[in-house]
Amino acid sequence: MNPVKGTVHRPFASVLVDYARRNERVVCITNDLTRSVEADLFRETFPDRYFSLGMAEQNLVGALSGLAREGLEPFYPSFGVFATRRPYEQIALNVAYPNLPVRLIGFLPGITTPGGVTHQATDDISLMAGLPNMTVLCLADATDIETFTAALPDIAGPVYCRLPRGEVPRYFDEPFRFNAARLLSKGDDLTVLSTGATTEHAIGACAALAAAGVGVTHLNISTLRPFTDPQVLESIARTGAAITVENHLTRGGLGTAVAELIAEHGLGATLRKVGIRDTFTHGGRAAYLFAYYGIDAAAILGVANGLLGLSVACSDGLDHGPGHLTLNAAVSEGL
Amino acid sequence: MIDEAANGNSWLAEVKRVAAMIRRRGLELAVEHRGGYVIQACSSADILATLYVRLMKLGAPPADTLPAPFRGTPRSGAPDQWGGAFNGDDAPENDRFILSPSHYSTAVYAALIETGRLSSDALATYNSDGTTLEMIGAEHSPGIEVTGGSLGQALSVGVGRALWRRRCGHRGLIWVLISDGETQEGQTWEALQTAAAFGLDNLRVLIDVNGWQVDGPMDEVMPVGSLTAKVAAFGCAAREVDGHDPVAIASAATLDGGGLPIVVVCRTDPTRGFPAIAGRDKSMTHFIRFRPGEAEEFRASSPLYEDVPR
Repeated sequence: MNPVKGTVHRPFASVLVDYARRNERVVCITNDLTRSVEADLFRETFPDRYFSLGMAEQNLVGALSGLAREGLEPFYPSFGVFATRRPYEQIALNVAYPNLPVRLIGFLPGITTPGGVTHQATDDISLMAGLPNMTVLCLADATDIETFTAALPDIAGPVYCRLPRGEVPRYFDEPFRFNAARLLSKGDDLTVLSTGATTEHAIGACAALAAAGVGVTHLNISTLRPFTDPQVLESIARTGAAITVENHLTRGGLGTAVAELIAEHGLGATLRKVGIRDTFTHGGRAAYLFAYYGIDAAAILGVANGLLGLSVACSDGLDHGPGHLTLNAAVSEGL
Repeated sequence: MIDEAANGNSWLAEVKRVAAMIRRRGLELAVEHRGGYVIQACSSADILATLYVRLMKLGAPPADTLPAPFRGTPRSGAPDQWGGAFNGDDAPENDRFILSPSHYSTAVYAALIETGRLSSDALATYNSDGTTLEMIGAEHSPGIEVTGGSLGQALSVGVGRALWRRRCGHRGLIWVLISDGETQEGQTWEALQTAAAFGLDNLRVLIDVNGWQVDGPMDEVMPVGSLTAKVAAFGCAAREVDGHDPVAIASAATLDGGGLPIVVVCRTDPTRGFPAIAGRDKSMTHFIRFRPGEAEEFRASSPLYEDVPR
């Protein structure tokens, strides 16, 4: 089963410009990755609302705080690692603590880049979700990207949003809804909760399970903090078994959020977490990395088989691309 | 001070050969892999060649110069896979080489090959799944001692090594290559401030001032001004040289610093060896993908394919 309904070229580039047209307080700041993070269209369209602050992220985040204190809504699109980990203290004390409307935008989520550990944001959700006042979004597809800004005017404090770039696949027809899971399939045997780039793999795994007669409720999670959609609790209580799937460390992300939910509500459901398991990562093609670190469709099926005592085979119709590193022609680096 | 007359510059020809091959390999690997960090090899080739051929006193490379496949990131109980071993034993009398901007890894792989420290067969796995020869290396990659792909951090690691070596009286020097772009990061200046405060005369920093970053010319993205003056103001012995003149680089790096850390500010040309690069869109120069026929144009207008013995 191929869940991809075509692709959209650089959706964030036009979304940022559209949002800024409607909100004159939006400004955009970059750290020498302007084209790489699809902010070049904003720079061309609103040169007076754009600032290049160079490779100096700690200073940059302090400046975001200052801009927000001037009444602006600053966007800082970067790679996830440079949007979160590098200036973490500055985000905590100068953005999250004063609860300012700063929008941190993180590309190259998890192991979707060949750039290796220095460019792979595998702990960004954990870092941001741990901060009081922070909202955390993980967008999966072009529809998510095209529609998530509708939620921003109601979020007074800071937002961290991780998302894909370049040629972005479309899976969903319905627009993004804040703090609401997308119901992708419904069944009574197992709940699969996936987020971001793993959703495509989870759809393939769930289809194989469904074909084998397993009833799977598949929820795509795009809001990770807050994490209070009653659908999640209801589905896990009903199925009694859950698998979380994320392109992130299994600590501090979706799996941890679901584990807390299960424990705090005394559900007694069994949880298995599919994600990067307590390791730093290295560079390679996304398909290789997803298989090596065990977050692809085959890995999800393996965990489901173990949990349910099944032996469903992976038919894996997902397109894993050519055998060399796929370089994104739309950007000015090799990541 | 290096006495040029005494040795008849026999090393100079070798530096030039190695530098030319760093540039050629930088281009050819990028062509083969449909893109690469070419200007970084062009600007740093003479610096790296001078370091590996002339300046650094490195221990012997591993007995097997063909690196093993990737075995995992560092963790307790796992076999060691430190790329620094290709720069020789980590002994107190040996120099260490720390590359800070890991985007230059391809140029280091080429330098290792040309100085007999890495088997050229390793390039068959370059930038492929499961290899340690990643385009942006980490410290499992040959010659890469510190995971420096997040820029402006590795110089501080060099400061730490130099601090202890100096306190112990160990002879091995710490050489660090950084890029001018990294001077936008405040940590670079914190490192130089520390090096000066402790008088780390065993630390030798070379800055590749090629003037480019991802978005384009540094002066348009975030100007850094005169690095030589700034480095001197931070208390280091700053020397500015033509970064394509191995004799000047070698002299500046070895001239007595009067107890201060030596910082060689190397002015370089990111199109050196492949002048056709200068015609590219400035936002697509940091990483080069080739239009059809472009690689042939690069080679045809390059001096590197006539002068260099294979």
